[in-house]
Amino acid sequence: MENRLTSLFNDKSSDILNVYFTAGHPALEDTATIIQYLSDAGVDLIEVGVPYSDPMADGETIQRSSSIALKNGMTLQTLFRQIKTARAEVSLPLILMGYYNQMLQYGIERFLQDCQESGVDGLIIPDLPMGIYERDYQELFDQYNVKMTFLITPETTEDRIRQADALSSGFIYMVSKSSITGSASDISDSQQAYFERIAAMDLKSPRLIGFGIHDKSTYQTACANSHGAIIGSAFIRALEGDDSLENKVKGFIGKIR
Amino acid sequence: MSQYQVDESGFYGEFGGAYIPEMLHSNIEHLKNNYLKLIYEDKFQEEFQALLKDYVGRPSPLYYAKRLSEKYGAKIYLKREDLNHTGAHKINNTIGQILLAQRLGKKRIIAETGAGQHGVATATVCALMGIECIVYMGKIDIARQAPNVARMRMLGAEVRPALSGSQTLKDATNEAIRDWINNPEDTHYIIGSVVGPHPYPDMVARFQSVISEEMRWQLQEHEGTELPDYIVACVGGGSNAAGAYYHYLDEPSVKIIAVEAAGKGIDSGESAATSVLGSMGIIHGSKTLLMQTEDGQIVEPYSISAGLDYPGIGPQHAHLINSGRAQVYSATDEEALASVLELCRLEGIIPALETAHAFAVLDKMEFKKDDIVIVNLSGRGDKDLATFTEYLNQQSGEQKTDQ
Repeated sequence: MENRLTSLFNDKSSDILNVYFTAGHPALEDTATIIQYLSDAGVDLIEVGVPYSDPMADGETIQRSSSIALKNGMTLQTLFRQIKTARAEVSLPLILMGYYNQMLQYGIERFLQDCQESGVDGLIIPDLPMGIYERDYQELFDQYNVKMTFLITPETTEDRIRQADALSSGFIYMVSKSSITGSASDISDSQQAYFERIAAMDLKSPRLIGFGIHDKSTYQTACANSHGAIIGSAFIRALEGDDSLENKVKGFIGKIR
Repeated sequence: MSQYQVDESGFYGEFGGAYIPEMLHSNIEHLKNNYLKLIYEDKFQEEFQALLKDYVGRPSPLYYAKRLSEKYGAKIYLKREDLNHTGAHKINNTIGQILLAQRLGKKRIIAETGAGQHGVATATVCALMGIECIVYMGKIDIARQAPNVARMRMLGAEVRPALSGSQTLKDATNEAIRDWINNPEDTHYIIGSVVGPHPYPDMVARFQSVISEEMRWQLQEHEGTELPDYIVACVGGGSNAAGAYYHYLDEPSVKIIAVEAAGKGIDSGESAATSVLGSMGIIHGSKTLLMQTEDGQIVEPYSISAGLDYPGIGPQHAHLINSGRAQVYSATDEEALASVLELCRLEGIIPALETAHAFAVLDKMEFKKDDIVIVNLSGRGDKDLATFTEYLNQQSGEQKTDQ
């Protein structure tokens, strides 16, 4: 079967909306439900955060949702079970974002196997160095048909961008600025210049812009400069409001597009 | 090159490396490409050595502890890092890193701290150089280490509470890393131990290596040999130990002893004995031994001493332990407290709680009469007086009950 992520990028090359949320938050068994509502609301791609005790690259919002998910009793086995449940109902691509140590302890091959079996199409592991992925894991990822995504930032050198492009089999995750996740300011001129610089590099991989994308305006700016955008912290904050889960999910996506 | 030092790719055997998100890459890469060149420039070394001598008060004495030696039946020497300015070995590293930060053109310093010793040492060198200083400290540690918080504020540092996770040292480290991600251009992160992504463990060990460099010539003066039979040091992250071992790692006759904090006992569920309870994984950008669940979630350790209360261990130590070069012992809270009192009563020295763990193993080791043992007396115990007072009261209470 063709990888759903690959199919998505074959079919669509603009205005791709990727929504991130933390698995097991607000409640342990909300994972599959949120995936279902996001799919109903028409998002293109879902990035499920695997809660971690020490999420180095994440801001306050994702730290908090991760702690809550862990307190709720989230584990990797539970997560794969929930993904499997969700996968029976939805056909959009699902990717997992987690930290290297979680996969290392679970066993990389076992992790990839469970991704394949439960219907996960790709991974983002922000603290796995490109060189180690290439040396130790690239073949395994291919074997299990799981796509990999690497991050670039405004400080990433051209050589490394080319390396990230060559090694990424899903998409390139463009970190919009030098920051952790969750900031809520407008797009600056220097960010705009960075977006244009990368767009002009003619990379093979699709590019999605994330970090600080929190409303319609930042979403549209990101889309105007790439293949689409990733929204995380702003969506998690919306999930923490008072209303039914369905209304919170659909209400938030409705405000973005 | 030594098999115990870092290799070209940043590893000690299978431990070490730099497992960092891309947002930190340019800073770490810049540091990695420049630290050796910068710290071995003549001007740097001149300034570093002059500050160690005149400001820190080095060399720290190597003191023959006569009464302790009599008690344990060996020649026991104490490397007096407790006599350094700010009261511990931590200042050796912060002096080195502040000079490095200046050469990297950084205008702002961040640091993490557990017990507050590294925070105080960082605040001190920032005051000395007139550089802005922000110290991240777990909210819980701020409450239990009030004197050091006051010292940092006196020295002009801003102490920011780490509110995430367990609100202790590992979370303070996470917060400092996040600050660095948000401020990559003007900020240098002074890590306080031999942990974190390469090149930090190697850089910090080099700055601390002055400890064993001095030991060699000092022991020569005392004993006519540079080589002791044992070097004993406590290990949390392990910076005092790394400095004490550094110039002896390739001397196979010198036995390296690392002492971890067993907390309330290794099997009590409240311990920080990382090498026993831990397994290989990634913490703060480094592959090393750490305490974790089977899902790879990092477990919160416990020790009475905030400085050993860390769920990981420096990657070099993990390598020394795994390769059999270092032998590991552990000491419980109670054993450490008893050792504090013993050193007070036998030698008139009040050690830090962290340091006392090293002394607690003397009783567990078998010495020959002529064995030369150096214990690294990494810090003084002023900061722990509240804990000691409580212990003393409890002791005298028990004695009264006995009568």
